[in-house]
Amino acid sequence: MSRLDLRAVSAGYVQPVLHDISLAAEAGEVVALIGPNGAGKSTLLRVAAGVLRPLSGQAWIDGVDLAALSPKQRAQRIAVVPQDAPLPTGLFVREMVGLGRTPYVRTLFGASAKDRAAVEWAISVAGIEPLADRFVDELSGGERQRVILARALAQQPQLLLLDEPTANLDLHHQVAMLELVRGLTREQDLTVLAAVHDLQLAALYCDRAALLHEGRLVSCGAPEAVLTAPLLERTFGQRVVLSAHPTHGVPLVALVPNGNARRVPSRET
Amino acid sequence: MLGVLAVVLAGSLLFAAAFGAVALRPDDLLRMTANHLLGAHFAATWRPQDEAIFFAIRLPRVAGAAVVGAALASAGVLFQGLLRNPLADPYALGVSGGAALGGALGFLLSLSFTFLGFSPVPVLAFVGALLAMSLVYALARSGGRAPIVTLLLAGFAVSAIMGYAVSFLLILNDRLQLNLPRVYGWLLGGISVTQWSQLVLAMVMIAAAMAGGWLLRHSLDALSLGEESAQQLGVAVESDKRIVILLGSILTGAAVALGGLIGFVGLFAPHVTRVLVGPRHGLLLPAAALLGAAFLVLADLLARSILPPTEIPVGILTAFVGGPFFLWLLRRERRDYRL
Repeated sequence: MSRLDLRAVSAGYVQPVLHDISLAAEAGEVVALIGPNGAGKSTLLRVAAGVLRPLSGQAWIDGVDLAALSPKQRAQRIAVVPQDAPLPTGLFVREMVGLGRTPYVRTLFGASAKDRAAVEWAISVAGIEPLADRFVDELSGGERQRVILARALAQQPQLLLLDEPTANLDLHHQVAMLELVRGLTREQDLTVLAAVHDLQLAALYCDRAALLHEGRLVSCGAPEAVLTAPLLERTFGQRVVLSAHPTHGVPLVALVPNGNARRVPSRET
Repeated sequence: MLGVLAVVLAGSLLFAAAFGAVALRPDDLLRMTANHLLGAHFAATWRPQDEAIFFAIRLPRVAGAAVVGAALASAGVLFQGLLRNPLADPYALGVSGGAALGGALGFLLSLSFTFLGFSPVPVLAFVGALLAMSLVYALARSGGRAPIVTLLLAGFAVSAIMGYAVSFLLILNDRLQLNLPRVYGWLLGGISVTQWSQLVLAMVMIAAAMAGGWLLRHSLDALSLGEESAQQLGVAVESDKRIVILLGSILTGAAVALGGLIGFVGLFAPHVTRVLVGPRHGLLLPAAALLGAAFLVLADLLARSILPPTEIPVGILTAFVGGPFFLWLLRRERRDYRL
């Protein structure tokens, strides 16, 4: 039984965006969703989150059909780190992380000792203790991303969905974020499905990569198997050259310029 | 903070009840109340007519103002939280237009029924408010969802159409024989409580709706992160949205029935409270209700005591007093203001 099991999923809004996708992710695994803009990565994440119902096919988590779970039950199993979401003014970091307990808190009595313990645990795991008493709206992009990750961890999910977790982060924070996630999958048996633009990071930190193109799953497997020059060229429409990473041996993707950059005609003065 | 606000409200109530054409002593008022409610036996140091003035006129009036203020502030918190729009107020979803039209029809039709102590104008205003809000929700809904932006736009449009319908009625007043000053006065808001039964009924409805809103505090907190994030946190967004809109309509409708269209309280009380206690709804809702209540009690006191015996519509005062204070607060808060 797979942690996440998508079976022949077609999904979309007015028109289907995803066509007949079958993809499974096991406990403790990090799977990267790669593909060009508009390939359907975010839509696939929404299906896996149970926020978007498939038009056909099913999404299962630990042997349970997502459609059969209540919103709360779903949020106790699956957490999402969105790419960008509004941040309220005047909310402390600890309160923000506390919102991750929304699917657990009691309607009448509010947060329990267990909820508070989960929040402190998430804060320490994400390494944001020094930020805990600051306002969320005062943080830098990298700090904010860690806070939102902590909020997702406070949900104590079995499946963590990341939408471009390293967008807007500098080199160090990109690596730090993914190493944090990688560590969690090993220690907490967490499964991660992440939409990633940076193929380098995907190769370094993911067990498997799933390549989407025009709403279809083109290839899925170890990064070395998926990140090949012909496949990337066909899906991204961009010429690349692959070599081996100097220290880690994973595929290294180098861009090849198309030679289309033109000089802008100088303005007549 | 809740304690401080509760003391402020109690002080405002006492002060406003003591003040008026006949001055009453605040300590006497406390003793009268203790005699009445708690069965205490303080010797009467006041005239019998003072007691009558207090219980039959002053107390319903100030309690009415407090109830209306609390209801408007709570509805403001609910709608600002739901719509994530700092301009949202209790009238955001078409209520003002619906209530104004209902109330104007009440004046126009010169009906003569009473419903649970209420005359036709407040009853029709309440019905108009609920109908307008239902219409807005129905118009905004498609495919089982009512997107926030569509709700806001539909609310604006419905409110505008009904508002202009009222203007049209007012222009035709020669033919319709409307009592213009009375209609204007009502549209600008004024607390009018003539019977305790009205107050009790409104209080029960408002208290129930406020309690319902408080039970939804975790959903409202999650909604401040956007609908998508709230859904990912396990909030049943569409059904909670319907409940919040229903509760907000009850609060606003009841407030309109007692006080006409009083502007500004429901906009600024939530904002001021958010600065005082932060954005979490568990604290924000009760704190805003207390603040809105205290503010409206004092505004209503001013309304009836600035130009006696003329009563200024309290809506004018809430704008004149609340407006500058709100602007000062906005300028003082250096951080960008977002909901």
